Amino acid sequence: MWDYSEKVKEHFFAPRNAGAVDGANAVGDVGSLSCGDALRLTLKVDPESETILDAGFQTFGCGSAIASSSALTEIIKGMNIDAALQVSNQDIADYLDGLPPEKMHCSVMGREALQAAVANYRGEEWVDDHEEGALICKCFAVDAVMIEETIRANDLSTVEEVTNYTKAGGGCSACHEGIEEILMKVMDERGETFDPTAVAGEIKKPTSGLTNLQRMKRIEELLEEIRPNLQRDHGDVELVEVDGKYIYVKMIGACAGCQMASTTLGGIQQHLAEGLGEFIQVLPAEELARRAAMGA
Amino acid sequence: MADGIYLDNNATTMVAPEVVEAMLPFFTEQFGNPSSLHQFGDKVGRALKKARKQVQALLGAEHDSEIIFTSCGTESDSTAILSALKAQPERKEIITTVVEHPAVLTLCEQLEKDGYIVHYLKVDKRGRLDIQEYYDLLSDQVAIVSVMWANNESGTLFPVEEMAEMARSAGVMFHTDAVQAVGKLPIDLKETSIDMLSLSGHKLHAPKGIGVLYLRRGVRFRPLLRGGHQERGRRAGTENATSIVGLGKACEMASEAMEFEKSFVRAMRDRLEQGILSQVSHCFVTGDPNNRLPNTCNIAFEYIEGEAILLLLNKMGIAASSGSACTSGSLEPSHVMRAMDIPFTAAHGSVRFSLSRYNTMEEIERVIEAVPPIVEQLRKLSPYWADGGPVEEPEKAFAPKYA
Ligand SMILES: Cc1ncc(COP(=O)(O)O)c(C=O)c1O
Repeated sequence: MWDYSEKVKEHFFAPRNAGAVDGANAVGDVGSLSCGDALRLTLKVDPESETILDAGFQTFGCGSAIASSSALTEIIKGMNIDAALQVSNQDIADYLDGLPPEKMHCSVMGREALQAAVANYRGEEWVDDHEEGALICKCFAVDAVMIEETIRANDLSTVEEVTNYTKAGGGCSACHEGIEEILMKVMDERGETFDPTAVAGEIKKPTSGLTNLQRMKRIEELLEEIRPNLQRDHGDVELVEVDGKYIYVKMIGACAGCQMASTTLGGIQQHLAEGLGEFIQVLPAEELARRAAMGA
Repeated sequence: MADGIYLDNNATTMVAPEVVEAMLPFFTEQFGNPSSLHQFGDKVGRALKKARKQVQALLGAEHDSEIIFTSCGTESDSTAILSALKAQPERKEIITTVVEHPAVLTLCEQLEKDGYIVHYLKVDKRGRLDIQEYYDLLSDQVAIVSVMWANNESGTLFPVEEMAEMARSAGVMFHTDAVQAVGKLPIDLKETSIDMLSLSGHKLHAPKGIGVLYLRRGVRFRPLLRGGHQERGRRAGTENATSIVGLGKACEMASEAMEFEKSFVRAMRDRLEQGILSQVSHCFVTGDPNNRLPNTCNIAFEYIEGEAILLLLNKMGIAASSGSACTSGSLEPSHVMRAMDIPFTAAHGSVRFSLSRYNTMEEIERVIEAVPPIVEQLRKLSPYWADGGPVEEPEKAFAPKYA
């Protein structure tokens, strides 16, 4: 079964604000019945201040759909509707101490429900422009539509490139076959044939000749380049020590203890190795302490 | 049974204590390689021989050499289908059904990519096949028919004996995935035209990771794994002796318990079903109630979702499973429910209760008490439900925008 946080379980077993709000003046119905998750959000908005006085949900869906509906209503109650519209699906997931990646896809419909309810309040028609396909990469929750569009927009032709652009395939590798099939289809459209042996971009030859100081600076620069990616996922990385080919880093924030930590380290290692043009190994800072303790 | 009430025996079963006991010596003093000449190997070799006879007896196979031990049901399914294709390279078609287990379906989808033509027999709303459709597809182009004996989700039985007969008349090989049927139904293979049959130990109180492919004598065969001479060269790799011994014991016990399964397990299942249906409105049994495994009951609860039901059941110590999309991490509810054309609002709320001879009537009564309040609790949250019943024209009253 899913690895749900305590917070998710709590909101599922004892949901807050269940049911329709009395005297509601905003309703948003969103979801997908084929996915098995759909939500009706009802709001009572004060017409003067545009503050959300009360919010209620009715959900047809799984444990995390019910929990995230409950979390959404808790978050937005008392907010001005413009502020509420800034609440993202990630905010809802954060409020619940995270959700399994498979569950981000279908069950967090909060932002859409809010947009639909606010549109309804303002007498507008809400149209959802985002399309979703089958989940391809389960490690990083990337779907087929996203992969297809990225391949098309950037003329990608290898799985490695797809991983660099979308993260898809950067984890357990189980989806590489699925990504290859999408590549095959899109490349076929543009009159090319997919070549599974092709290599992404040019291969950089190892270039040494940096002084220790230059090398250190280069490592810092390279880390700087990937920092935005980590920060987007509410994490960060700090350089702790460089010892020959061993580079020790500390994972901070959401990255620390994240189940994806070793994948992230792998990604950092790849980036540093390519940027430095040499074989290096990126290790967590705890490893440094362990090695020191062993006198190694 | 330990803590909780286990009604998920189609997923896997408890290893019977007697089976564990039979296996233990083969972890310790009886560690020899059955192929070895010395006494260490010889004893294990004899134990395997006994196990093979025990499996043969449960299946009613004519010869014990028709039993090939494999690593699981999935391996048996793959071996059977791939063997038929390899042995008859001129035949490029396969007949199977839309409701097979992924062990067969996923392989068939892959084979389509490799250029084979796969015919998927449809089912009606009760999960039944159209035998005429099947009959019309049989030809000398078909390498193999692979049809499950009992469906793992609904418990619905297919008339495989009759279908095997028809295949034989047309000169086509017939395989059945009987993973859910073996141990729950009497089987007498020597009286049938079934050429190959898959079973899996962990569905009949033997351990996980042991399976059998029954291969009728005289049927053309190509191994999946080549190597040593084990299983007469039909499945290379040193035997999983411990598990084979366990499976043998489990088969012997299943033969003895067959009457109990047909009467008492069925009675518990019927009581469970009647108890739930009489108390909960807007739910129905999926599949073919008059023609199914004695241990399985699959109920679709309308307007609520299965994972939520399972989480609440689990909180009360009750284990079952669901065909909802969410429990599998996929985007669609179970292919079996969809194939029977069950609407989304019910398919996502389907819950499978699968019993075993280790359940008791007292447990069943506790489940009957637990289910109605859980369904009620979730329906209170449902946008399709108001004031103790579904809203009027539910599908119109709540038609969410796709998000
Ligand atoms: C009908 C059917 N076939 C095949 C299998 C796969 O068996 P195994 O898990 O031993 O590979 C199962 C088990 O879930 C099943 O129910």
